[in-house]
Amino acid sequence: MITIQANEVNKKYGDTIALRDLSLSVEKGELFGLIGPDGAGKTSLIRILTTLLLADKGTATVNGHDVVKSYRAIRRQVGYMPGRFSLYQDLSVEENLRFFATAFGTTIEANYDVIRDIYQQIEPFRRRRAGALSGGMKQKLALSCALVHRPEVLFLDEPTTGVDPVSRQEFWQILKGLQERGITILVSTPYMDEASLCDRIALIQDGQLLGIDTPAALRKAYPHPLWDLQSSRRYELLHFLRQQEFTLSVFPFGETLHLATRPDVPEHQIRESCYSQGFTDIQLTRIEATIEDCFMDRMAPTADPEIH
Amino acid sequence: MRPLRNIIQKEIWHILRDRRTLLILFGMPIAQILLFGFAITNEIKGADIAVLDRAQDIHSQAVTERLVASGYFTVQATVHSEPEIEQLFRTGQIKMGVIYPSDLGAHLESQQPVEVQFIADATDPNTATTLVNYGRAIVGDYQRELAPLAQPPRQIQTELRMLYNQELESVFLFVPGVMTIILMLVSAMMTSIALTREKELGTMEVLLVSPLRPPLIILGKVIPYVLLSMINTLLILGLSVWVFDMPIRGSFVLLFAESLLFVITALSLGILISTRTSSQQVAMMMSLMVLMLPTILLSGFIFPIESMPQPLQIISHIIPAKWFILIIKDIMLKGVGWAFIWQETLILTGMTTLFIGLSIRNFNIRLS
Amino acid sequence: MATSVIETHELTKRFGNFTAVDRITFQVQPGEIFGFLGANGAGKTTAMRMLTGLSRPTAGEGIVAGYDVYRQAEQIKRRIGYMSQRFSLYEDLTVRENIQFYAGIYGLPWRSIRSKTSELIERLQLGEVARTLVGSLPLGWKQKLAFSTAILHDPEIVFLDEPTGGVDPITRRQFWEMIYAAADRGVTIFVTTHYMDESEYCDRISMMVDGEIRALGSPHDLKTQYDQPDMNGVFLQLARHSERS
Repeated sequence: MITIQANEVNKKYGDTIALRDLSLSVEKGELFGLIGPDGAGKTSLIRILTTLLLADKGTATVNGHDVVKSYRAIRRQVGYMPGRFSLYQDLSVEENLRFFATAFGTTIEANYDVIRDIYQQIEPFRRRRAGALSGGMKQKLALSCALVHRPEVLFLDEPTTGVDPVSRQEFWQILKGLQERGITILVSTPYMDEASLCDRIALIQDGQLLGIDTPAALRKAYPHPLWDLQSSRRYELLHFLRQQEFTLSVFPFGETLHLATRPDVPEHQIRESCYSQGFTDIQLTRIEATIEDCFMDRMAPTADPEIH
Repeated sequence: MRPLRNIIQKEIWHILRDRRTLLILFGMPIAQILLFGFAITNEIKGADIAVLDRAQDIHSQAVTERLVASGYFTVQATVHSEPEIEQLFRTGQIKMGVIYPSDLGAHLESQQPVEVQFIADATDPNTATTLVNYGRAIVGDYQRELAPLAQPPRQIQTELRMLYNQELESVFLFVPGVMTIILMLVSAMMTSIALTREKELGTMEVLLVSPLRPPLIILGKVIPYVLLSMINTLLILGLSVWVFDMPIRGSFVLLFAESLLFVITALSLGILISTRTSSQQVAMMMSLMVLMLPTILLSGFIFPIESMPQPLQIISHIIPAKWFILIIKDIMLKGVGWAFIWQETLILTGMTTLFIGLSIRNFNIRLS
Repeated sequence: MATSVIETHELTKRFGNFTAVDRITFQVQPGEIFGFLGANGAGKTTAMRMLTGLSRPTAGEGIVAGYDVYRQAEQIKRRIGYMSQRFSLYEDLTVRENIQFYAGIYGLPWRSIRSKTSELIERLQLGEVARTLVGSLPLGWKQKLAFSTAILHDPEIVFLDEPTGGVDPITRRQFWEMIYAAADRGVTIFVTTHYMDESEYCDRISMMVDGEIRALGSPHDLKTQYDQPDMNGVFLQLARHSERS
């Protein structure tokens, strides 16, 4: 059963195109990730699905309700956590939660079982002002507020941005727990390494879909042989490889380089051409593509000027 | 009604926890009323004068005594020539010079026009005119007293009587203006800031994606400011009655009701501004530029509308504060009732309805 | 080590009872890309402020570009560049005006400013947008421009504050290539970040937790030492019991 459906959604702000013909569907109970950099259109899509924004063209439904015509029904059934943790900084943890509960016509007590696991972690600070909480605690409070009315669908816009890795990891564990309760979750993130934590992901860039599938399937679909190279002369090696005939693309990737080659280029050919240029300390390994490699491969060639 | 109570309670928390704003909200009315009441005043008391007495008789002495006894003047110097007076003006020691002609006594006794010369410093024309008028009046009174049994003079005597504010207490003029400005500020600026703050924080998004109806959100946020404004109204009225002995000649209930109406006018303007802006800073600038400046300059509070150029007079008609000031002056000073202010009230009500209508049209159930 | 371009010994900053930076000791070599890693509130910003002469240390020693952080803050400021991710360019000025402004604040002569500006615009291939307001440029271009203006006065060290958060992967790599090129010319790069994957591009990393440096080494060494596949794993090991997050 499909819970979230978007059909050829378009959105423009003045001359800037935020979304072009974007279509996707999310199954009931799925943990679905929207992966893309800042300005890719993630927030616009989430706002259209949460009935906060009208699409210029295209249709969308949540839980079978049209986002334009039946926005009231949707607003009763979804939980939403905007990009910035939208809390009242001058209200305490408990006052924030109580306020949002009442706004949805319910009480903390009635739905305590939904938020218990999350809220218990911040409950010791329930009299503290939200403004004085750490990033990780704000994130948990914002999530508690979004869950306090027992929503069937949860929209989270970049919930892990600017939060330390420990809190990020805990947060994803929380999301898995919510998924087990049957809540459908659509979460956006600019962190490519969080893709593998989702059931399915959509890669978005410049308002367009670059790909949509399970993380494993996307990685498997990477079309070129991919190599990892390590050398103490990383920067020179990068320039050397870029000029080689067998190279399709080469990028720095953390400490190492990722090299995509034409098909059927044997390992010894790469190794030997590097040796011949004096790169004798290289470590060459054939690797499987990461989501980030897939993303770059699917990105439209940008109009960026090349730096020399 | 529970969600409404919930929103009101939250807004009160916000207000109570923001000490600085709270201080401004209640400190400002007190400071402004006291400032206008005590410091900024049109009245003149104990102005320094120089006397050049060419008559040197009982009449000239009597007039000087009366000048001093009026409380408006203090004799700073007695001089013997006109250049001395000029010198005193230049050094800033006196505000006015008085010259009695040598035939003062003869003129006074024969009931002929007296030519006591008053010389004033016209670099401050208001003060100069006031001083000269006071001086003339005192001389005139003295002349009339001298001939109580004589026939009434044949020329037409005009008599000036200031109604409703006989003592020309300037604080009476300022209280309505200050009250108007404070109510405008608290109601319009504070609500527009409170509403845009939710947009800036992103909490408005969350509230919109909830079953709460937008009018309820606004109503809940606005009600605490109505209460605040009404407390301020009482505070200002209390100060003016007990500290400055200002009368409330008309009905207090009517005055309170009209204040409530004006508060709602201002609130609807604040809401209208917040529907057009998304940052607190812009909301504040707009409130100041669009609301406060015209309220101060064009409402008749500081500059009389009758002496404005025609175009500004026309513009002043669309300033809600102008009508409100008329209403409270009428109630407080003239003591008139509903029959005399229903037109102004109707205009204010019309404006309020228009602003609320525009706000509803502009308020989005969505973002942008 | 005499050749270090940054050298600290037990550098400490306290605010009242709170020790923001607790006795940090490290050296950075010329041309090195040094990552300064930690969660928000771990003390990175305070440490960087002490090194850039903006904040006086409470105790310890610090030498930056050969100058003492206590007494010679002005000399230090003249020899460093600084770029934060979002705020270092004026959005309402054009590309050319931004470059001229930044060249100007370091007191370059007018003639030199003009030639450097033109040279930079050409090198970045921004000729067509030289008169465009920076606010309307894509994020990737802004970052390149911001970095180029930060090194326009040939500083010995550039401090970068979370330079590539939220950028698309290709732009991010183009940016790192610019950093590599600058390091190749001998400029020392000091990157503070809380993005773990960003830190993997550095030559060496120091990891701050609760004001202390808990680990120091190349990404490869740290991953081996803590037996983790990536820096995220290393950080999770180190920071799990942090008091400040």
